[in-house]
Amino acid sequence: MSSTPNLDDLYQEIILDHYRKPRHRAAELVPHDVHVHHANPLCGDELDLRLRVDSTDSSAPRVGEVVYDGDGCSISMASASAMTEAVTGRELADADDLGEAFRLMMHGEGLKREDDLLDGVAFQGVAKFPVRVKCALLGWMALKDAISTYRAGNQEHRVTHD
Amino acid sequence: MLDVETVRKDFPILERQVHGRPLVYLDSAATSQKPQAVLDAMDRYYEQSNANVHRGVHALAEEATEAYEHARGKVARFVGADPRGVVFTKNATEAFNVLAYSLAANRLGDGDILLSTQMEHHANLVPWQLVQPRAGFEIRYIPVITAGPEAGTLDLDAFDEIVATGRVKLLTVTAMSNVVGTINPVAQMAARVRNANAEAVVVVDGAQSVPHLPTDLLALEADFLCFSGHKMLGPTGIGVLAGKPELLDDMPPFLGGGEMIANVTLEGTTFNEVPYKFEAGTPPIAEAVGLGAAVDYLSALGMDAVRAHEVALLEHVLPALNSVEGVTVHGPAEPSGRGAAVSFAVEGLHPHDIGTIMDREGVAVRAGHHCAKPLVRLLGSAATTRASFYVYNTVDEVQVLIDAIEATKRFFAR
Repeated sequence: MSSTPNLDDLYQEIILDHYRKPRHRAAELVPHDVHVHHANPLCGDELDLRLRVDSTDSSAPRVGEVVYDGDGCSISMASASAMTEAVTGRELADADDLGEAFRLMMHGEGLKREDDLLDGVAFQGVAKFPVRVKCALLGWMALKDAISTYRAGNQEHRVTHD
Repeated sequence: MLDVETVRKDFPILERQVHGRPLVYLDSAATSQKPQAVLDAMDRYYEQSNANVHRGVHALAEEATEAYEHARGKVARFVGADPRGVVFTKNATEAFNVLAYSLAANRLGDGDILLSTQMEHHANLVPWQLVQPRAGFEIRYIPVITAGPEAGTLDLDAFDEIVATGRVKLLTVTAMSNVVGTINPVAQMAARVRNANAEAVVVVDGAQSVPHLPTDLLALEADFLCFSGHKMLGPTGIGVLAGKPELLDDMPPFLGGGEMIANVTLEGTTFNEVPYKFEAGTPPIAEAVGLGAAVDYLSALGMDAVRAHEVALLEHVLPALNSVEGVTVHGPAEPSGRGAAVSFAVEGLHPHDIGTIMDREGVAVRAGHHCAKPLVRLLGSAATTRASFYVYNTVDEVQVLIDAIEATKRFFAR
């Protein structure tokens, strides 16, 4: 029988703080370039993410502003909240790279860009609760999808995860 | 009244601990635990009689065939069906698929209504949806009342209006909701549908009712009843389609292969008689034996006693949940109108968080949409927490559940 990870590994104070006082949680963003809707059908979690991309001729496009809204557990909503803080202002390619660092961390494959993830680092402990990993990834998956949707020249995308 | 402490001794898994606490298993609507008698029956079959059925002339083949057919007889008696109308499938879902592809796709067409409800499990929604485009019938859903004293029950006025069209050719309805526990007036609905259209066929989802209520196919006025073994103390891997042999006779086979044939040539095939026509390939033999033992176990307890035990638990759990601040219980308020699957919401808390924290207390509940997304949406959310009770649950466990909810609230309020 596996050892029992501590509940405090899952629900760190930083995570509960994001859950109680969400950052950049909003049902609308005016104007925005992309809106994506992501659902985890197995648990019923749903998340809307809106992204405004700031781009000028002289610089690479950046995350101008990103907001999320949704119906989900504390882990999924808090992770999306922490994600918005970590990626705002970053170049799109850089935000993608940071998302990959988060994904690897959640799968127990090392901790990279610890300082850039900001409060996202607090979700490390979720990796010990395999059934909750997909909750923590939902917001980051939505961001990744929003960026690729933007790059493809589209404004809307809906994804249902397996 | 059954003696729950004696019953508990028959279930070895109840002795284990989870995260250092005694297991409080409140997820029997997903799958039930198995008594020693079921485990022993399956072991004995493999240790002493294992062979393939309906073929071979040796002693083991005869014993295996007899054990398999004996189990069919037990299951038939348990639900008041003709053994020739008892088809073993791999689960209740497969039973619905047999009916969708072999019955609905042939019997229903343009202008016909297949009438279902908003309360159904996906197993009783998706198969019909899959065959609908080819067959051309219309699917209508009886609404679920969402507010007031009748919340969580079917809107029977709306049902009557649809039935009055005279176009309902198939009614499919759950006898007991797996989410909110509602016991539906199946016999009354079946009679009304038949009055309006003598050719109508009635299908009942018994996955939740057969394990928990005395069941009689005739009393239900149903043509077909679908249920699964693993929710009624039996093993996984076996389900049952119980129905009228003459209707099964008229239906083409669903799956083809060995066992279901009378004669095969390279030019074509004639089919075996029912129920074998619908049992292609080597069937779940040990599982049937296990299900037969489960039926024996439930019959020895007595299904009236099983129901009385659950009503007694509901009389504790419903007021206890309602007394917790911020808790809303879904479905009928009175134990008489419902089964022991109890979904609830806790204000400000997500079911997954509740489920994770309860797990730490040793309490196993289900968090999610319970494979009934349309109904859970109607309840105003994407997920609920569900505690479901069975023969081995105690009043003390109700208190553990309530304490665990309070602990979860404290955890998130800190």
